[in-house]
Amino acid sequence: MQEEYIIKQISVFSENKPGRLAAIAEALQKSNVNIFAFSIAEASSFGVVRALVDTPETARSVLEKLGFAVQFTDVIAVRMKDEPGGLHQVARILGDAGINIEYAYAYSGREAAVLILRVSQAGEAISKIRAAGGSLLRESDLS
Amino acid sequence: MAMFWDKERETLRGKRLEELQAKQLRWTVSLAENVPFYRERLREAGISADDIRSTDDLSRLPFTKKTDLREGYPFGFFAVPRREIVRVHTTSGTTGKPTVVGYTQRDIDTWSDLIARNLTMVGLTADDTFQNAVNYGLFTGGLGFHYGAERTGMMVVPSATGNTKRQIEMIQDFGVTALHCTPGYALHITEVIEEMGVTLDSLRIGCFGAEAWSETMRHELETRLAIDAYDSYGMSEMYGPGVAFECTEKHGLHIWEDCYLPEIIDPATGETLGPGEKGELVITSLSKEAMPMIRYRTGDITMFIEDECPCGRGLRIARIMGRSDDMLVIRGINVFPSQIEHVLLGIPEVGDQFMVYIDRVHHLDEMTIDVEMNRSAFSGELGDLVGLQKQIQQRLQEALSLRTSVRLVEPGSLPRFEGKAKRVIDRRGDL
Repeated sequence: MQEEYIIKQISVFSENKPGRLAAIAEALQKSNVNIFAFSIAEASSFGVVRALVDTPETARSVLEKLGFAVQFTDVIAVRMKDEPGGLHQVARILGDAGINIEYAYAYSGREAAVLILRVSQAGEAISKIRAAGGSLLRESDLS
Repeated sequence: MAMFWDKERETLRGKRLEELQAKQLRWTVSLAENVPFYRERLREAGISADDIRSTDDLSRLPFTKKTDLREGYPFGFFAVPRREIVRVHTTSGTTGKPTVVGYTQRDIDTWSDLIARNLTMVGLTADDTFQNAVNYGLFTGGLGFHYGAERTGMMVVPSATGNTKRQIEMIQDFGVTALHCTPGYALHITEVIEEMGVTLDSLRIGCFGAEAWSETMRHELETRLAIDAYDSYGMSEMYGPGVAFECTEKHGLHIWEDCYLPEIIDPATGETLGPGEKGELVITSLSKEAMPMIRYRTGDITMFIEDECPCGRGLRIARIMGRSDDMLVIRGINVFPSQIEHVLLGIPEVGDQFMVYIDRVHHLDEMTIDVEMNRSAFSGELGDLVGLQKQIQQRLQEALSLRTSVRLVEPGSLPRFEGKAKRVIDRRGDL
């Protein structure tokens, strides 16, 4: 039930040096993988490129063929109102439930703004958000 | 006027020196026969202490390599009973374990006298104040110089390392006249006093060692600190510092031939080379009691200087020109790339490929190590990567006694070597 709202993010280990993002993006383009959202988290000399794509399995296999270390990470994607207070609404639900956000990034699409969250307890986050009337993306919404 | 600590021994030449050396060589080989490693090697070479007639017999003796010492960890190279050992120091081993060196009371005395010779040779007396700004503890440079400087009667300030402003304050407040540290640290002190806009007026002599340094560096230190700077040479396997030292001529280092029997060899063939020919320095100890060393391959490249020194002392070696092996000297600490490999092999999250970059940042050596992330160990979380990076740095620090910075790199991104690997890129340049 809740599993349908768990989305596979691809996480790619990348050195922090010119051209690495271009290499990842080019590989995805050549395999016709569409990127909905991505973010880069960096430490001093390396980072993790995180992306939501339409075909995560394809993305993973092409990147691995190029030598990248790739992992799937479970995230949830919450539709927000694209207006003042939209983020607050979602963040408050999680805060009240004592659910910690490990990281988050967002994109603003045609129909709505979407907040992608990596949280400590995904199952509980999903039920709290749904109970509060929130709307989550399913993996099928991306493909 | 040249000053001597032990004029007779410092100027011993010709037949009298050779006789002493032959006698001491025989004594050293007989002691070495107490060490299983040497007993075996000497038996293989078909030679025993009784066969030693002159120093010419040296070439019949087997070499000792740094890697041989690994087999003896910890006390396997001690030639006297444990109860006669009064101190140990350690130095880098080629892999996981350090090399342990031991001393009898007589060794400590001999060593202190050798250091006292060196310090007296450059003009230091009981009227001087000596700041010993090197690592105390297991590193031989700290206690070695400390005991030797005390023996001359100097007032010794055991300042050890770190806290540069406090070091400067002590030099000024205590009227320190002589400083012992690594040349890199001396240059760092120089920059700090220049930034502070102060001078070290009492300071007149610097003794610098534990890492190779150039004539350009000498010029910088001498002009900017208004001192005379002298090169100090030694290695833990031969007590520590004190094996050879520059006199006031600053043209080569006098090697104390009553205690050390030096040879220069071609590191590839083992063939003995003559004066003026560059090669690897090999030393046989002549007075070491706890841990005699026969034809120890120092790995240091130098040559004998042929002409006579105006100071009246004997044989000199040129300042060290490099290494015959892959040992690195980082902030005065010896590092073997094999030690790094050994640490990485124990961490399953990374591969065993690595590259080492050495830079000089504000005159201090910095070592950066690129390590390949293991594809299967990648969890997808940045926090795990940072944790792994810290763990590797900590394990390296434990193994090398050195802070390094580790960079995780993508799997398969480091160069693969066919044949001899070139994993170290030294970008320190001349100064």
